[in-house]
Amino acid sequence: MRWTIAGILLGFAVAAGAQDAGEIKTVAGAASLERGGKKLPLSAGVPVRQGDTVVTGANGAVGITFTDNSLLSVGPNSTLVIDRYAFDSTTHKGEFDTSLRKGTLAVISGKIVKQSPDAMRVRTPTSIMGVRGTEFLVKVD
Amino acid sequence: MAARALIAVAVLLSGCAKDTVVLLPGPDGKAGTVVVQRGQERHVLNQPYASSSVGQEVKVLPAAEVRESYGTVLQALPSRPAAFVLYFITGTDELTPASKGDLQKVLAELKQRPSPDVVAIGHTDTVGDLLGNDRLSLQRAERMKVYLVEIGIPGERIKTAGRGKRELLVPTRDNVDEPRNRRVEINVR
Repeated sequence: MRWTIAGILLGFAVAAGAQDAGEIKTVAGAASLERGGKKLPLSAGVPVRQGDTVVTGANGAVGITFTDNSLLSVGPNSTLVIDRYAFDSTTHKGEFDTSLRKGTLAVISGKIVKQSPDAMRVRTPTSIMGVRGTEFLVKVD
Repeated sequence: MAARALIAVAVLLSGCAKDTVVLLPGPDGKAGTVVVQRGQERHVLNQPYASSSVGQEVKVLPAAEVRESYGTVLQALPSRPAAFVLYFITGTDELTPASKGDLQKVLAELKQRPSPDVVAIGHTDTVGDLLGNDRLSLQRAERMKVYLVEIGIPGERIKTAGRGKRELLVPTRDNVDEPRNRRVEINVR
């Protein structure tokens, strides 16, 4: 009986993390999250998912911690799309694609890149970046 | 090939859009590698503050200049996740006296963060059967959760999991009493 409960608890823990790619950790100034054509209020603790777009205004900035411990932040006047995110917490395999349409982006890569050096890509309107376990900045004028 | 064609189209469509990529040193002062593919142009960045812009050679920028021009976005980066390992008395969900002291370090880290979340993953040594150890490892993680809730961390901000004897810190044969394997890893993010 106790084992069954333990199994259910473990199941919940896995299910709760299945959809969330990460969560908002820092917010400054004007910022919003767009999901399925809707604008959602954005504050620390709000989960982000594959397909979400983060938009900041002239004084805005947002920081996100992903479930694989990747850290991303965007500065003012930025648009960042989370195109694809998948992470297996048991094997650490995954895929991580984001697009910076405009503005500034800071990236500290996490466990996905540690496990599979080619599994994270960042796009801008003109470039594709392959990330081999590192920290970097991107600006689109 | 199709990807290359798409990049070429993207370059044409974007017109005056222009991007810059700057590599940063990690906490140890060393930089990793970023490969920037811009149509036919390919830049490999592999030293701190190396910078790539369209139509230019890779150059290394002064650190202070980078820190200043990207100040806002750098300040918005979340704190790096912190990891702690706490150890247990054999066959129980009771922390060793030393690890009880270490719990204070976890609390201090939690207090520094504006919106912390915690992942507690329990483990056992190889004494006992698989299911019993699965149960004990989850019980240890859950016990950590109780401690953290008691000091004011909301329960919904804490995830727990038990990995039983599947992920040994110190590899041993079966039925070996190894204190370093009786642990909970606590990730504060």
